[in-house]
Amino acid sequence: MNSDLQTLYQEIILDHNKNPRNFRVMADATQTLEGFNPLCGDRYTIFLKMRGDVVMDITFQGSGCAISKASASVMSTIVKGKRKEEVLDWFMKFRELVTGKLDAHNREEELGKLAAFAGVSEFPARVKCASLAWHTLKGALELSTATVSTE
Amino acid sequence: MNASSTIVRMRGSSPSFDVERIRRQFPILQTKVRGKRLVYLDSAATSQKPTQVLDAIRNYYTQENSNVHRGVHFLSELATQKYEAVREKVRRFINAATIHEIVFVRGTTEAINLVAQSFGRSQFTSGDEIVVSAMEHHSNIVPWQLLGDQVGTRLRVIPMTDEGELRMDEFVRLLNPKTRLVAITHVSNALGTINLIQEMVSEAHRRGIVVLVDGAQAVPHIRVDVQTLGADFYAFSGHKMFGPTGIGVLYGKQTFLESMPPYQAGGDMIKSVTFEKTIFNDLPYKFEAGTPNIEGAIGLGAAIDFMESLDWPVVEMHEQELLQYAQSKLVEIPNVKLVGTARLKSGVLSFTLDGVHPHDIGTILDQEGVAIRTGHHCAQPVMERFGIPATARASIALYNTFDDIDALVQGIHVVKKVFGV
Repeated sequence: MNSDLQTLYQEIILDHNKNPRNFRVMADATQTLEGFNPLCGDRYTIFLKMRGDVVMDITFQGSGCAISKASASVMSTIVKGKRKEEVLDWFMKFRELVTGKLDAHNREEELGKLAAFAGVSEFPARVKCASLAWHTLKGALELSTATVSTE
Repeated sequence: MNASSTIVRMRGSSPSFDVERIRRQFPILQTKVRGKRLVYLDSAATSQKPTQVLDAIRNYYTQENSNVHRGVHFLSELATQKYEAVREKVRRFINAATIHEIVFVRGTTEAINLVAQSFGRSQFTSGDEIVVSAMEHHSNIVPWQLLGDQVGTRLRVIPMTDEGELRMDEFVRLLNPKTRLVAITHVSNALGTINLIQEMVSEAHRRGIVVLVDGAQAVPHIRVDVQTLGADFYAFSGHKMFGPTGIGVLYGKQTFLESMPPYQAGGDMIKSVTFEKTIFNDLPYKFEAGTPNIEGAIGLGAAIDFMESLDWPVVEMHEQELLQYAQSKLVEIPNVKLVGTARLKSGVLSFTLDGVHPHDIGTILDQEGVAIRTGHHCAQPVMERFGIPATARASIALYNTFDDIDALVQGIHVVKKVFGV
């Protein structure tokens, strides 16, 4: 495998793709939103249980490529227990990371598992895959009822 | 080894086809991508262009450029003559009866929209039925849905088998006194299936039903004779048959085209204009409003010259051998499933790999220099039919080689390694 590929398909991404965390329907969700990428057919539903502005629980369901699924899975582990404001901070960090505006180097501690997605910025066609779950989460937090699209 | 003996046998069976000589005519095939030899297996999306086509376009702009059908000066007459010569070339290429039946359009999509909006909208009414198939490209579905919204026509769909062949019994059953049009693809872009057009046309015609054929994926691979096929309309694109983008052809039987109102209005499609009354031009100019894509037509003409310079039975044999070879190699790979295994097939290999999404396959193959298409191929109903979100699609053209197929197979092994499947 060449080095670009290694940066894209890191162990953590392959692991979360194979064994996605929080991958289930939540019966008592307070907010539910479906995100869809019409270009490739990636489709995920994000389930949130909010108490006030705190994400008490988050799960997701759906299908798509490894990048999109791992992104949703990692996201769910990061934002659980966070306040809405913090989640939006992570959203911004993620967006800058995958569009190459944030240098993951030297910030690995701060970024944690999110740093695994730094390689996506080398693959412009895949940025949308990585971002779908995050955009859907943001939409869900804003109580939007429409389907979120990355197109 | 078994595999290599297969290669030798298959490579040896069409000695008269010199693929390297063909490849030398396609400059882009000599380029490298990501430091690797370009393995272009995405010709169903668009084909590459031979030097002949590139030169013709350059020559047009350096020596012949002018507007057509307008000027009295030397260049305008030259450009008009060249442009119209391509119309005759197209007529001969598909064996249409007259040049009046050859309308230049932007591509297959525009051709189908033209028939829907001109023919369909003026002649169909509420309750009329249009029969399409389950394997249509969106461009042969959505124009009929738009028409349905406008005049109330209803879409009926011919189902297909698990192999990706149309159910001919169901097709015949769908035809009824309300059926006004059968709009069907000649070759499926997602599955490669070659449909039995002649048979379908004769079933439709026996009941007085008009037939439109989407020939976008057929023309680059098989010789098309519109009179033998019997289709009333036949649409295809230049860019899939080694010509430039932005030019295509709508063939229509003269009686139909004559009965149809113009599709767009403007210059060139009129005989005389006053503020009281406009008289439309004759065929085919009635359907060619505005300055046309002259360079596109010139390039298309050169693409036809290129195709006609080849020995077609040998080309078709070469493509079929590549297809058979590729299919046999792909099914040997554990967890690879071919989508579309019709008996009559053109060079399309749609496949899935268990546990790996097609987009991930596409990205990894790209790193190996192998260009394929991934996704729904503008045929979402096909994906739905097979219960999959997408496929990876390798598509073959006459310039592909057995080495290209080997590179694809090797790339799939890299994918399997990365994903541990």
